[in-house]
Amino acid sequence: MSFLVVDHVSKFFPGHAGGGDVCIFKDVTLKVEKGEFVTVIGHSGCGKSTLLNIIAGLETLSEGGVLLNGREVSGPGLDRMVVFQNFALMPWMTVFENIALAVRSAYQDWGRDKVVAHVHKYIELVGLKGAEDKRPIALSGGMKQRVGLARAFSIEPKVLLLDEPFAQIDALTRGVIQEELVQMWNATRNTVFMVTHDVDEAILLSDRIMLMTNGPSARVAEIVDVTIPRPRSRESVIEHPHYYKIRNHVLHFLIRHASHGGREGGESGAGGSADVPVLVSFA
Amino acid sequence: MKKNGNGNPWLISGFILVIFLSGWHLLTLRASFDAKGKTQEQLQMLEFNGDIIRTDEGGYAWNSDKIKGVPGPLAVVEKARTELAEAFVLKGTNDHGIAYLVLYTVSRFSAGFLAASVVAILFGILLGLNRVLFRAINPFIQILKPISPLAWMPLLLYTVKDPKWTAILVVFMASVWPTLATTAFGVSSLKKEYLHVAAILQLSWFKRLYRVILPGAAPTIVNGLRISFGSALVAVVPAEMLLGELGVGYLSWIEWNNLDIAGVIFAILVVGVVGVILDSGFNKLAGLVTYQE
Repeated sequence: MSFLVVDHVSKFFPGHAGGGDVCIFKDVTLKVEKGEFVTVIGHSGCGKSTLLNIIAGLETLSEGGVLLNGREVSGPGLDRMVVFQNFALMPWMTVFENIALAVRSAYQDWGRDKVVAHVHKYIELVGLKGAEDKRPIALSGGMKQRVGLARAFSIEPKVLLLDEPFAQIDALTRGVIQEELVQMWNATRNTVFMVTHDVDEAILLSDRIMLMTNGPSARVAEIVDVTIPRPRSRESVIEHPHYYKIRNHVLHFLIRHASHGGREGGESGAGGSADVPVLVSFA
Repeated sequence: MKKNGNGNPWLISGFILVIFLSGWHLLTLRASFDAKGKTQEQLQMLEFNGDIIRTDEGGYAWNSDKIKGVPGPLAVVEKARTELAEAFVLKGTNDHGIAYLVLYTVSRFSAGFLAASVVAILFGILLGLNRVLFRAINPFIQILKPISPLAWMPLLLYTVKDPKWTAILVVFMASVWPTLATTAFGVSSLKKEYLHVAAILQLSWFKRLYRVILPGAAPTIVNGLRISFGSALVAVVPAEMLLGELGVGYLSWIEWNNLDIAGVIFAILVVGVVGVILDSGFNKLAGLVTYQE
């Protein structure tokens, strides 16, 4: 059995004005192996952040189940840490305190010195040495998300959940942090589930990319294998022959689903039932 | 654009003060008695009433023991000097030095305000975290909030039967509502992500409260406390007047009963000074808990 299993999960929100429940997404099934980096791409409103929140235990699901390491997930926990789109750093705490809050919660039996050393290790890892005593207000967006990443990595969760982590960071800084994330991931080989709408980001970071159709009643329509060998860097990735094939394929999918949230499979959707994702691989 | 406002503000403050004091002094100066144009009979009547007295030179002058008018700044300074000289003197059960009166008012105010703040913040957090409870309680808050704290006084006096506690409870009633309402608002509008982080990190109930909810809502809570603070300060003076409890409000009333207008003005100034002292203490506290986002 896979490490993280999302099994036929559906989410309904109560509809307005007496209408029936609105289906956000239906029968989403995905399997993530240990140490795998999986990304979900879809248009705004397809429910990809809701899906991430369900895995995190921050939102309830309507149907189906989520299994981590063979055990059903109910409610949030330290084994599934989220990196939030808007950083979610406590503005009244310094960089150090923000990370230390997480470390102390994860390792309650640790002594003071051990906690301090651990926090400093991760502050250094994200290159924020010297900024330990700054508050989030004094940091740029990129630096804030570095703290968010340090906080998430520091508690060594079984699964890292990245919720559009770089969406609020300027394009130049984004590339730098993406590369840093690649290096951090190479060192730790965490299991990562990421949600994004940035195609280049998804290709650089992921092993597999899941493409979601538009809501309502969104579903995972395709799973694209990123057949670019690791270790990757932003420079090496774009020179790989598969890069533009994958990129174009994903973009075509997104453009096809931009205007109408149809269930039609397009040229790549031929074969198989509509509910089973099509596997795409450029071997 | 040219920067608006040059010069030393202290200089301007001093100038305004000098203008005010000299104006006050001049307006309260009483012209010396002028006997011209008055008949002998009128003068005799005035003398008989005690309004004027015969001077050594054979003329007439105002009787300063009877005719006082609004005292000038010099009279108030004189009064302040005698009061401050006896600041720490206990002359009798109802005649305590001004330092004691200030102490009584400040401690009465602090007791009521602190008790109200603790109660209001605790209930506010409860209401802020539970939307249904908040909506159920809110109509009561809306009705109770605009009631003047002094309106409670007769009922409080009747029920607790002790003016000391009544005065504290009036301050309590004055300061509980604004803090309660703003705390509930501050907690309920706390960013969801902070609570999400707290949930993922599995913080205990207590840690969640004092590491995340309280500091997160602190700036809003402080704003509520500031409003409460002002309304409590307004309530404490008339409460003392009406209840006859020793304090600066009482001082103002007792000086009025003594027809000592200089004393009344002195008492007003003391109220102002006490307010400034309490306010600066409060601002220090507020500076400790606020943060910028």
